[in-house]
Amino acid sequence: MRIEEHPILGTFEKGNKIQFTFDGQSMEGFEDEPIAIALRSNGVLIHRYTTRRNEPRGMFCAIGRCTDCIMVVDGKPNIRTCVEPLKAGMKVETQHGNGPDLSGR
Amino acid sequence: MRRCEMVCIGAGPAGLAAAVEAARNGVDVVVYDENERPGGQLFKQIHKFFGSREHRAQERGFDIGNSFLTEARELSVEVSLNSVVLGIYENGALNVMIRDRIEQVKAEKTLVATGASENMIPFPGWTLPGVIGAGAAQTMANIHGIRPGNDILMVGSGNVGVIVSYQMIQAGARVAAVIDAAPKIGGYAVHAAKIARVGVPFFMSHTIKEARGKERVEGATIIEVDDNWNPLPGTEKQFEVDTVCIAVGLNPATQLIRMAGCKMANSPVLGGQLPAHDLNQETSIKGLYVAGDASGIEEASTAIIEGRIAGLAIANSLGYLDDSAFLSARDEQLQSMVGMRSGSHGEVRAKAKEYLNTMMEER
Amino acid sequence: MAGDSTRTGFLSDEELKNGPGIPGEARRRKGAVAVLECLEDIPCNPCEAICKYDAITIGEDITTPPRLTEDNCVGCRSCVPICPGLAIFIVDESLEDEKAAIEMSYEYRPLPEKGDIVTALDRAGQEIGDATVTAVKKTEKMDRTATVIIEIPRDWSMKARAIKLKR
Repeated sequence: MRIEEHPILGTFEKGNKIQFTFDGQSMEGFEDEPIAIALRSNGVLIHRYTTRRNEPRGMFCAIGRCTDCIMVVDGKPNIRTCVEPLKAGMKVETQHGNGPDLSGR
Repeated sequence: MRRCEMVCIGAGPAGLAAAVEAARNGVDVVVYDENERPGGQLFKQIHKFFGSREHRAQERGFDIGNSFLTEARELSVEVSLNSVVLGIYENGALNVMIRDRIEQVKAEKTLVATGASENMIPFPGWTLPGVIGAGAAQTMANIHGIRPGNDILMVGSGNVGVIVSYQMIQAGARVAAVIDAAPKIGGYAVHAAKIARVGVPFFMSHTIKEARGKERVEGATIIEVDDNWNPLPGTEKQFEVDTVCIAVGLNPATQLIRMAGCKMANSPVLGGQLPAHDLNQETSIKGLYVAGDASGIEEASTAIIEGRIAGLAIANSLGYLDDSAFLSARDEQLQSMVGMRSGSHGEVRAKAKEYLNTMMEER
Repeated sequence: MAGDSTRTGFLSDEELKNGPGIPGEARRRKGAVAVLECLEDIPCNPCEAICKYDAITIGEDITTPPRLTEDNCVGCRSCVPICPGLAIFIVDESLEDEKAAIEMSYEYRPLPEKGDIVTALDRAGQEIGDATVTAVKKTEKMDRTATVIIEIPRDWSMKARAIKLKR
């Protein structure tokens, strides 16, 4: 889904090509692009399942407003993947409901 | 507490134009923007703008954005990114969250240029992955270089709908159709013609009935509506698409303005509840200015003019620009605005803006 | 092509016929001339500003649709890529063998190449038939808007307004 050559924008400036994992599966993306962009370019559209009805949700606004794209990143839930920069070795996971409870209670 | 002469909230076309204009006259300006990158929507606008030379016509939005950023840098304007203004309090006090710390700022003059957010319409299947805002489609394709989908249904025929449709074709996607519940195309005729001539059909007086699919969009159903917007059973049409793109208007981001207690007025043409403001873009609260979509939904070119006027007015009120120089510079901007707010698309906006100006006088 | 452009998105022959930017047949037969397919009162005038021959008039009120003075137009082509609405075409009906040439803006990839056979489309995006690409222009001054010139039967000269690549 990446645009190879754009008629107006030419080619896109990207960071280094890096590896990350999505639900344990190894994937490629570019450093510092939003996590959601790397996922979409790998064909991943489902980011989480809702708490009560277990419905799939994905990227909707792409600018960090709607929070539909939140996922568990490196163990931390509710990360807005459309604005969070991708880093090498990141562990990205589908979020179920509110994600893991980190309160320690 | 940090002190400064002028704070701009928002580094889009209005905020950057104001910052540059004020800084050029000697004002010390700080611009806060909640995003990772400055420029607001300018960097997503890859088409050539309308207008005449003074409006920077025939230039592309992202080129205008880059030249503003260069100018701002040359004038030592500080642009603070990842900075969310949480609140505007009395006497120009602001709280700003910069990444994970809070900064308190006191500004002599504040410009709110926070832009707008997209409207949405709910329908069965609207939460499915693959249903996205038109702004999201632009962000994905024009900023990050990925195609949001391969087959797209565009809901909404305003300028955003027709321009983003064109941009999706430029990104290598197929646009299956543009639909709108209104009987007539809302966007400029030449933008509609660009996509019609490469085979995009328009379905006017049609709304989306459903986005279909189990875990992601696999298709969409549209249905014709009558003059009272009631769906007409039996007129359904099916599209095999993987993406539904929603372009049904914008909503001014007035949260901070309302929080500050500005006098508001209603203008359906400009997007709803909006701050009353005078010809200098100053609101009912002295020292608090507004420009761009947050003062009424228009276009980048008009946002730039409003920003320039606010920047000039602030420079004048801080004593950097004498009255006669200010008035002649402002009138030049107002004159150039006349052109952008005329014609059948612009006249209604001109009238609505006049109404917001009148509401200032009735205090 | 009948119809109402406010519902279809494209101008019908009827809507265009009396437009102020459309050159007459006699002028088109003489050689390259601009066709300004811009009838709406939008605030825009780069075409007037770039024309060195006083062939395009908009005037003080920039929402006036552009008017063509067909005898002043020399078919210099500078207005084609400058138009933000991509609404200007150069039509030349003076070619031999009842052929015509059309120049149009092209902002897609891949670009066609000289000699390619492409499919000509009308304003509604309907296929008309094969066209030959005779030139592709792309200079710095055109600011990333390329233009493509196609050769077609003369009958299509006021119909063909887009192309589809075959590859």
